[in-house]
Amino acid sequence: MDLLRGFVLGCLLLLGVTPSWAAEVPAIAAASNIKFALDKIAADFTQDTGKRVRISYGSSGNFVAQLRHGAPFELFLSADDKYIYQLHKLGVTQSDGEIYAIGRLALAAPKRSPLSLDAELVGVKRLLEQGELKRFAIANPDHAPYGERAREALQHLGLWQPLQPYLIYGENVSQAAQFALSGSTDGGIVALSLAMAPQFRAASHYVALPSEWHSPMNQRMVLTPKAGETAKAFYAYLSQAKARAVFLEFGFGLPADSQGDEVADAANKPAGAH
Amino acid sequence: MDWQALLLSIKLSCVTVLVLIPFAIWAGRFLAYRQFRGKSWLEALIMVPLVLPPTVIGYYLLVGLGSQSWLGQTLEALLGQQLVFHFSGLVVASVLVNIPFAIQPIQRAFESVPEEVRDAGACCGMSPAKVLFKIELPLVWPGVLTALVLCFSHVLGEFGVVLMMGGNIAGETKTIAISIYDSVQAFDFAAAGQMSLLLLLFAITALALTTSLSRRLGGVSVSRRR
Repeated sequence: MDLLRGFVLGCLLLLGVTPSWAAEVPAIAAASNIKFALDKIAADFTQDTGKRVRISYGSSGNFVAQLRHGAPFELFLSADDKYIYQLHKLGVTQSDGEIYAIGRLALAAPKRSPLSLDAELVGVKRLLEQGELKRFAIANPDHAPYGERAREALQHLGLWQPLQPYLIYGENVSQAAQFALSGSTDGGIVALSLAMAPQFRAASHYVALPSEWHSPMNQRMVLTPKAGETAKAFYAYLSQAKARAVFLEFGFGLPADSQGDEVADAANKPAGAH
Repeated sequence: MDWQALLLSIKLSCVTVLVLIPFAIWAGRFLAYRQFRGKSWLEALIMVPLVLPPTVIGYYLLVGLGSQSWLGQTLEALLGQQLVFHFSGLVVASVLVNIPFAIQPIQRAFESVPEEVRDAGACCGMSPAKVLFKIELPLVWPGVLTALVLCFSHVLGEFGVVLMMGGNIAGETKTIAISIYDSVQAFDFAAAGQMSLLLLLFAITALALTTSLSRRLGGVSVSRRR
């Protein structure tokens, strides 16, 4: 019984010393494909303003469900327009927010993959015809925006049907990227922003895919009614030049009405293989 | 290594155990000594969290305790705080999920206390409370310890429920299991590997300690009965 008593005492002590979060650090929900860019922007934001944010990354669809049921997020950065419009229709948000970045697709493969990368997916076709393709990863097209767009791009190239037996679905695009990079697949179609992240580049190659092959992926953000000063400041910060430069750096396009049109055009040109 | 998430998970484990074990001692003893109609149904109900996918429990909690349900709204009005996406919600979820892990070993231990021993205590004029504290608990404590370790370790590893109704908020609902999932998604395999290894070592140590303690210190062990 002494053991039990000691344990209870230890727990109580622990409870007493666990730091509680200050209320002025807002919780923010963000689609996982913008993780690397947003981590950087958030660090810049803290440096420039002295204010901090807590970012939770996950799938946009899951965040919509949580926000509907009262999740305390003050700002939601979705991977797609659709989710923000859904929330707005449900009366959860007061506005339908604004576009902060335009998502792009990339074909990516692990370094030892037999797949040769090109923006026309000729390499994929060739591997498929030779019967050498083992597995090909995309995000689940039923509920992940990047999966939906990957399907559109593959349909555009006439590859959707022949690829069926080889497709592996990630729950969201981060998981698809992780599958594509794992070496147990020959590659996959993922978010350019993830393919460009240093953690990913260490193990893989990528090539950006033309954005005309799929409907535009307008990544939209919105403030919730719970938003406080810091969340509002961060929301505004995301549209400023410094944050936009980071989005460009990670392979996103920018909304046309932004200040940085020339840079945005440069980023939207198809890039060579990396 | 996400220390904040680890600390939060340990805190959650402690609170869950503190809430659950006293209840499990009462419920386990009740189930061990009483025969009544519908007992097997009640025992089945207690076991449900074992077979139900955690995402199902998470879904019911999200919808049932969320701000759109009357229960969620009532609780929010009473407590001044909503349960979902909050630490208190995780406590509710952990307690529910761990009920079978807490009650089962304790019930088995009480069942193996010989009736004559309890009767002897009563014959000596001991009050029921005194019988419990002086005779029964010293005999069943290995069962209690097993329940405690099982619950504690199980909460550390809980994933599905937390993912569904926790919201992955740092310092509030981002537990170690969620942090491992996040690290893998962010290609941070070093962090994921470290945290996974820590949990693995903890689980093995906890289980080994429980077994050896029960064996060394005697009492009525769960295994001896089988």
